[in-house]
Amino acid sequence: MMVADEQELAACVADAAEPLSVRGGDTRGMAGTGAPLSVAGLSGITLYEPGALTMVVQAGTPVTEVEAALASENQRLAFEPVDHRGLLGGTGTPTVGGIFAANISGPRRIAVGAARDFLLGARFVDGRGGVVKNGGRVMKNVTGYDLVKLMAGSFGTLGVMSELSFKVLPQVETQASLALHGLEVDQAVVAMSRAMGSPFEVSGAAHDPAAGQTILRVEGFEASVAYRVAQLKATLKALAGEMTVLTAADSGAFWSTQRDVAAFRGTDGDVWRVSCKPSDAPALVRRAGSAAYVMDWAGGLIWLRMAQGSDLRARLGMFDGHATIVRADSETKARFGVFHPQTPGVARLSAGLRARFDPKGLFNPGLMAPCG
Amino acid sequence: MEMPKPNPDVIARKARVVARLLSVLPVDAVIHDERETRAYECDALTAYRCPPMVAVLPSTTGEVSDVLRICHSEGVPVVPRGSGTSLAGGALPTADCVILGVARMNDVIETDYDNRLIRVQTGRTNLSVTGAVEADGFFYAPDPSSQLACAIAGNIAMNSGGAHCLKYGVTTNNLLGVTMVMMDGEVVEIGGGHMDAGGLDLLGLVCGSEGQLGVVTEATLRILPKPEGARPVLMGFDDNEVAGACVSDIIKAGVLPVAIEFMDRPCIEATEAFAKAGYPMCEALLIVEVEGSDAEIDHQLSLIMEIARRHNPVELRESKSADESAKIWLGRKSAFGAMGQINDYMCLDGTIPVSSLPMVLRRIGEMSQEFGLKVGNVFHAGDGNMHPLILFDANKPGDLERCEAFGAEILKLCVEVGGCLTGEHGVGIEKRDLMYEQYSADDLEVQMAVKDVFDPAWLLNPAKVFPLDASERRRATGLAAE
Repeated sequence: MMVADEQELAACVADAAEPLSVRGGDTRGMAGTGAPLSVAGLSGITLYEPGALTMVVQAGTPVTEVEAALASENQRLAFEPVDHRGLLGGTGTPTVGGIFAANISGPRRIAVGAARDFLLGARFVDGRGGVVKNGGRVMKNVTGYDLVKLMAGSFGTLGVMSELSFKVLPQVETQASLALHGLEVDQAVVAMSRAMGSPFEVSGAAHDPAAGQTILRVEGFEASVAYRVAQLKATLKALAGEMTVLTAADSGAFWSTQRDVAAFRGTDGDVWRVSCKPSDAPALVRRAGSAAYVMDWAGGLIWLRMAQGSDLRARLGMFDGHATIVRADSETKARFGVFHPQTPGVARLSAGLRARFDPKGLFNPGLMAPCG
Repeated sequence: MEMPKPNPDVIARKARVVARLLSVLPVDAVIHDERETRAYECDALTAYRCPPMVAVLPSTTGEVSDVLRICHSEGVPVVPRGSGTSLAGGALPTADCVILGVARMNDVIETDYDNRLIRVQTGRTNLSVTGAVEADGFFYAPDPSSQLACAIAGNIAMNSGGAHCLKYGVTTNNLLGVTMVMMDGEVVEIGGGHMDAGGLDLLGLVCGSEGQLGVVTEATLRILPKPEGARPVLMGFDDNEVAGACVSDIIKAGVLPVAIEFMDRPCIEATEAFAKAGYPMCEALLIVEVEGSDAEIDHQLSLIMEIARRHNPVELRESKSADESAKIWLGRKSAFGAMGQINDYMCLDGTIPVSSLPMVLRRIGEMSQEFGLKVGNVFHAGDGNMHPLILFDANKPGDLERCEAFGAEILKLCVEVGGCLTGEHGVGIEKRDLMYEQYSADDLEVQMAVKDVFDPAWLLNPAKVFPLDASERRRATGLAAE
């Protein structure tokens, strides 16, 4: 089903008796089972105030349209949303609603926050077909409960978002990256941690064992970037062997492939995403025994490529974090569940919320937790 | 401000409730003598006072769990309390409630520089979190002006902000995990040392829920490396509108200052008389601070001053040293005290889109005439978070009511221009009855449904946040369906 505006969306949900598969551009294959309900028809930038760093858009607005508008004012989506199409072989058009519904953040998340941290307000249709608004379009807002955070990362299971307002940030003058060569994973995580603990505002910290590279990004004014790269070099001298500097173009190219997990594009096997404490990362990749991995977020995010049908969670055992299936066949997804199982208390609260927001069980049922 | 009538059945059971609480807490942690409960009769919204039935001061998560389990089984409302610095009445008791104060829970549980986090008990004060890590070059970013006294528990409950949010965000952007005790005593862990929730973002929901969903006893907070340095520039303008345009231009230019503070003439005059910071007498004053190495600061300040010059400032004073920085900040930091010297004041924190700043300031000036009450504005301009300080005389009959009516009109105006009722203080009781200005009954119903899930009997801080008529049925019956 394709709806053209919020009113049609609300009517469609109110009339629905069977589950709906809620989606934006369906570029990630994350929507649940049911009759497809796309918000791609709700499109357009409603309001953009560059001087207030805020934008309001309809949920189905293509991300590219937003990025083009921002670029014309020298601003950007600072949380650097991942484009999953290459990794997943998807062909759709990523939408703003999809980005926020899945809380999709890229490498800069460690410096500026996740998509959810930038979302200021949302309008959504709940499971009864009612239109609900929460938050607004100002940067500080503690008026009532923060349902905006709850909607971000709810994968359409609590409601269908129709309009979103979010914070944007200025584009930077330039960037550069420092590449540390030949570090083992334990040293790489220590080096990334040392860089993140320095005052030099590292905005990306990744480790690619296949390339034998650990890469640190700094962004800002030209003189500032040069200064901070030099300072980082000095800070890490004792830890690293060979170090090279990636200038703006090379740095930009590297981080866009890193952001989109290009290393796993066109490969076989399942792809998992593990969020963990950075210092736990080396032990976790050893336990995983994966075919390949790439680290981001200074070790706090690990992309793992596993043999098809492997139970990564069983291999990892208990740890502070969670493992999510990003790419696998439907049988594997069904067997293990896309999302990490939760503790009983959290699972009960989450189920309680779903029952309140979506009493008929319409929205992507079973996606975030087993049905029933 | 109306509060619900206390439940006489609960008050009649006081002796039994006290006895049960004494069975799980040390004797000095249960305060039930009427002379002593008075210490908990209000928070920083001192116009409203009511001693609680009992106050308890548990020392561990286990004790908090015991207290809540007992109160749950006795049907006693519980009002959680951090340090009692809420300006919104978030910790105001009712006569039939148990105040649950976390003041004795102030340990640092873990500092972890490798992962840039600290885990604390939530009675710890905001500033002492930074205190625990600053010798090693780190700090905790959210910095509400009450940071010397306010507790992390209250910061989480209200999703507190501060002056440096433009760069570092508010509490919710710096919170990684919590240990929370539910009203029935169950202990729940949400989040941890990793980033972003694996399922629904309950952490984001709990932060800012004003102590209505659970009692947070431990928190994992993100800590950051201290910048190499920071220095402000002070600029004066003879027109609010021009100052507002300057703020917008600075933001658009791609410099992201760590703070942009704004003061208007009444506030400048009051602080000059009080603190003698050497501020220029003008209509609007901005303090813009940037961070980095000395050279980086020089570069950013030169860009900012170039923008300011285009707006014909009456004063432009760049700090070149720590002493000069302190002097620039002196007036701003004493603004509240200075206004307090003149009279009692009420401090609001409605937030507006930055573009509406000049219009809103003009309207506030007009309303000040209409209500016959003076008002000074000092606020975080970068994020539109206003702080109108309305002066009134608490001893003059009718003045408080007039002040509240004036305040309500200002907040309605904030909503009208696309902003909100409260940017960082919270709703509490103060803005509770204005919630319909911002949200429809249906919007509020969905928020109250969240509380139904976490606290079905509506015993946790029940008379706050939602208009009393909206929450009446739930408060009266608990959730019958349970």
